[in-house]
Amino acid sequence: MSDNVVIVDYQMGNLRSVQKAFEFNQCHAIISSDHDDIKHAEKIVLPGVGSFRDGMKNLNNLGLIDVLSQEVVQNKKPFLGICLGMHLIANTGYENGQTSGLSWVDAEVIRLDSTSKNLNIPHVGWNSVSYKNHSDLYSGIKDNHDFYFVHSYHFKTTEDVVSGITNYGIDFVSSIKKDNINAFQFHPEKSQAAGLKIIENFINVEA
Amino acid sequence: MLKHRVIPCVLLKDWQLVKSISFGSFRTIGHPTSTARIYNARNVDELIVLDIDASLNGDEINAEIITDIANECFMPLTIGGGINTVEDIYTVLNAGADKVSLNSAALKNPAFIRQAADVFGSQCIVCSIDVKQIDGEYKVFNQQQGVIDFHPLDLAKQYQENGAGEILLTSVESEGSANGYELELIKLFKDQLKIPIILNGGMGKPYDAVQAIENGADAIAAAYIFHFSQWTPNDIKLALSEHNIPVRFT
Repeated sequence: MSDNVVIVDYQMGNLRSVQKAFEFNQCHAIISSDHDDIKHAEKIVLPGVGSFRDGMKNLNNLGLIDVLSQEVVQNKKPFLGICLGMHLIANTGYENGQTSGLSWVDAEVIRLDSTSKNLNIPHVGWNSVSYKNHSDLYSGIKDNHDFYFVHSYHFKTTEDVVSGITNYGIDFVSSIKKDNINAFQFHPEKSQAAGLKIIENFINVEA
Repeated sequence: MLKHRVIPCVLLKDWQLVKSISFGSFRTIGHPTSTARIYNARNVDELIVLDIDASLNGDEINAEIITDIANECFMPLTIGGGINTVEDIYTVLNAGADKVSLNSAALKNPAFIRQAADVFGSQCIVCSIDVKQIDGEYKVFNQQQGVIDFHPLDLAKQYQENGAGEILLTSVESEGSANGYELELIKLFKDQLKIPIILNGGMGKPYDAVQAIENGADAIAAAYIFHFSQWTPNDIKLALSEHNIPVRFT
């Protein structure tokens, strides 16, 4: 069990909610944008609510891009991305214009298509996740469990990294796993017991 | 498959949670923290809290109490009441809310919705529309301005254009009545918007929720039934499920 978790503060949304979910699991995660905190952390969480462009802009302004890539990609620290924090690890995002992402995973972030079916966008509410491949972070949670989603864009990537699929008009990627990187389109911190279990599983991952 | 949500919607007044009947006659339902804790334990899909001291009296947004409520919630929390500026939204989100509900501010200045959606994303902005029936016609109602000669569907479309992420639609007459949702109203909204509609006001028994959703509501909000009847949120979901409406169970 790790008690040295940093929730990256890049001024994009519900950091406190994420911290609370760690506290619920007896883990005091700190909220910080300090480079030393990130370098010394055993695990890194990138949450976030907002647009791709603003997210990258803030990471850039805070000088966080290199230090995050160093710690997650080179040093292989366990990483948890949530919602926008998932999107930003892609190559490119198309929300509010085309923006380059962190490019940790070969992916692009495109708008959910609502034209073919009469679907509301954003996709908001509880939807089920069907597990693919294997992610330790789903351990103890039954397949097709419901989690809380709220998003208008989705993460398009290669099949080998997909750990969860959800249907909303189309099948889209609701979670991925690549080496030390786990990321979720839905909000574990807002998904009651099952979401808290994902956080617990992340805390228990070997650093 | 996306599930239809069952959402308690309660009012905050004088540091207590209350339930109104047709926007008046307030009854205390409990302390905010303990009530939020019970809703969390009952595994509700979401919680909406509207601060009527802030909306009606112009009191400052009560960040302290919002923080206390948010600390109990591991489900989405929407806060409304007295939110007039981007700074207000920051205050509420920093206190732990996930979304804000705008009413008077959106009505006065629809451009504020666009401004808020640009900063926080549409998913964060719920626009609340209150409706009264005048001579058989539905009209927008506002606590400060009274009845406004505007059809609620036209207003909802305008809000959607401006970037609202959801509409919270409340029938003033039905609110607190336990006589069922205003079905004629929701029928007018069915398939008219691209954003979800949360229908509020009037649920007295689980079958009312079935009718609301079958007639076009994406989600249903209620309070009376959870505090003054034997029915729980889970009972509502069982009824919905029996009618083949997808809902979330744990």
